[in-house]
Amino acid sequence: MTSVAIKPKPGVIAAKPKLCYFRGRCRMESIHWLLAAAGVEFEEEFLETREQYEKLQKDGHLLFGQVPLVEIDGMVLTQTRAILSYLAAKYNLRGKDLKEAVRIDMYADGTLDLMMMIAQAAFKPPEEKEEDLALVVQKAKTRYFPVFEKILKDHGEDFLVGNTFSWADIQLLEAILMVEELNASVLSDFPLLKAFKTRISNMSTIKKFLQPGRQRQPPPDGRYVEVVRNVLQL
Amino acid sequence: MAGKPLLHYFDGRGRMECIRWLLAAAGVEFDEKFIETSEDLDKLRNDGSLMFQQVPMVEIDGMKLVQTRAILNYIASKYNLYGRDIKERALIDMYTEGVCDLGEMIMLLPLCPPAEKDTKLAQIREKTTNRYLPAFEKVLKSHGQEYLVGNRLSRADVHLVELLYYVEEVDPSLLASFPLLKALKSRVSNLPTVKKFLQPGSQRKPPLDEKSLEKAMKIFRIK
Repeated sequence: MTSVAIKPKPGVIAAKPKLCYFRGRCRMESIHWLLAAAGVEFEEEFLETREQYEKLQKDGHLLFGQVPLVEIDGMVLTQTRAILSYLAAKYNLRGKDLKEAVRIDMYADGTLDLMMMIAQAAFKPPEEKEEDLALVVQKAKTRYFPVFEKILKDHGEDFLVGNTFSWADIQLLEAILMVEELNASVLSDFPLLKAFKTRISNMSTIKKFLQPGRQRQPPPDGRYVEVVRNVLQL
Repeated sequence: MAGKPLLHYFDGRGRMECIRWLLAAAGVEFDEKFIETSEDLDKLRNDGSLMFQQVPMVEIDGMKLVQTRAILNYIASKYNLYGRDIKERALIDMYTEGVCDLGEMIMLLPLCPPAEKDTKLAQIREKTTNRYLPAFEKVLKSHGQEYLVGNRLSRADVHLVELLYYVEEVDPSLLASFPLLKALKSRVSNLPTVKKFLQPGSQRKPPLDEKSLEKAMKIFRIK
């Protein structure tokens, strides 16, 4: 199984992409995953104060006043999905043609919906948060995971689309790990997803990313919520 | 010869309207099959037609596509409304997501409990005036071109102009201090395909009235 790595053009030292976000998962984590899986090193600036945020605004970097922000290839990009889509295309993780691309988009968008539910729950009052997270586990088990189990079963291949590692595989692994943090046995009825999880986790770039001390962020806690509320004055 | 795309949704704007606009702008004729009851929705689900049990769903080129964004991406690519390269595409995506965020707030307003409506409306006005419209006006001003990206029509222009119509429905005066956006709206509205779509009797859907809202809530089992 080949791992994906970027090859800079000869004679050009590619600058590392620079990420700017709160020190946490939420909307930046999928971007971390994609870059890591593609074997791309990146730098990070963590948003910790209102002053940093206001400076970014004043410098005109935040098109809609929002982060995540990624500086890459001379562009200043915001909007999570725009960033993910660009990275997936740049690192050849979007399929070989339009029909593969649309399947990758469908699968990735579905898993992103699921992960956004988890991210948003962090900001709710405790009782609502419990309910929301229980709903996520239920949706994972009844709506999302069965779909992906069936896809893998129908074609019997190692990856979701086109027998090639793609953005959809990265998103699915990320979603599986996030839901497992809520309920460790969530994959019990999905043998192919279990095998998928092991297989993708063992890819060299992903294995590296999953090790402690890497740039992967932990689940959102009270402190994270406080920082975000403070910086964005919510 | 490929058949026309077939759209599955209820007879209202919701999450399908941007798809209708994009197909229309691209000059693509499409058919619609309306979900009238929750039983209709159940049938689609039981047929296995809806990957994540949700609509919109569009049958096109032998596929049953779901997820609004995936559908829009496919149509935009197929009909050359997605820029010339991945950098143009990134800009188009960024602008489109901004349009989508504001569009979502406006779309969800009818579902808001009456007690919260005024607050929500104030938020929409504030974001429209201070965050979104200035951003797009600035983009147009920065390059002085007729369209948002790459000096030619792309999906970003179509989505933005659609949004501007909704902003006008909320309050026409919101567009007053954005001359370049007004000009873009005019320009795109006068393109033959869009002009046709804007005429009465087209497949463009009107704002949700009380009766249609009730019907939609029944179909989707929203309390």
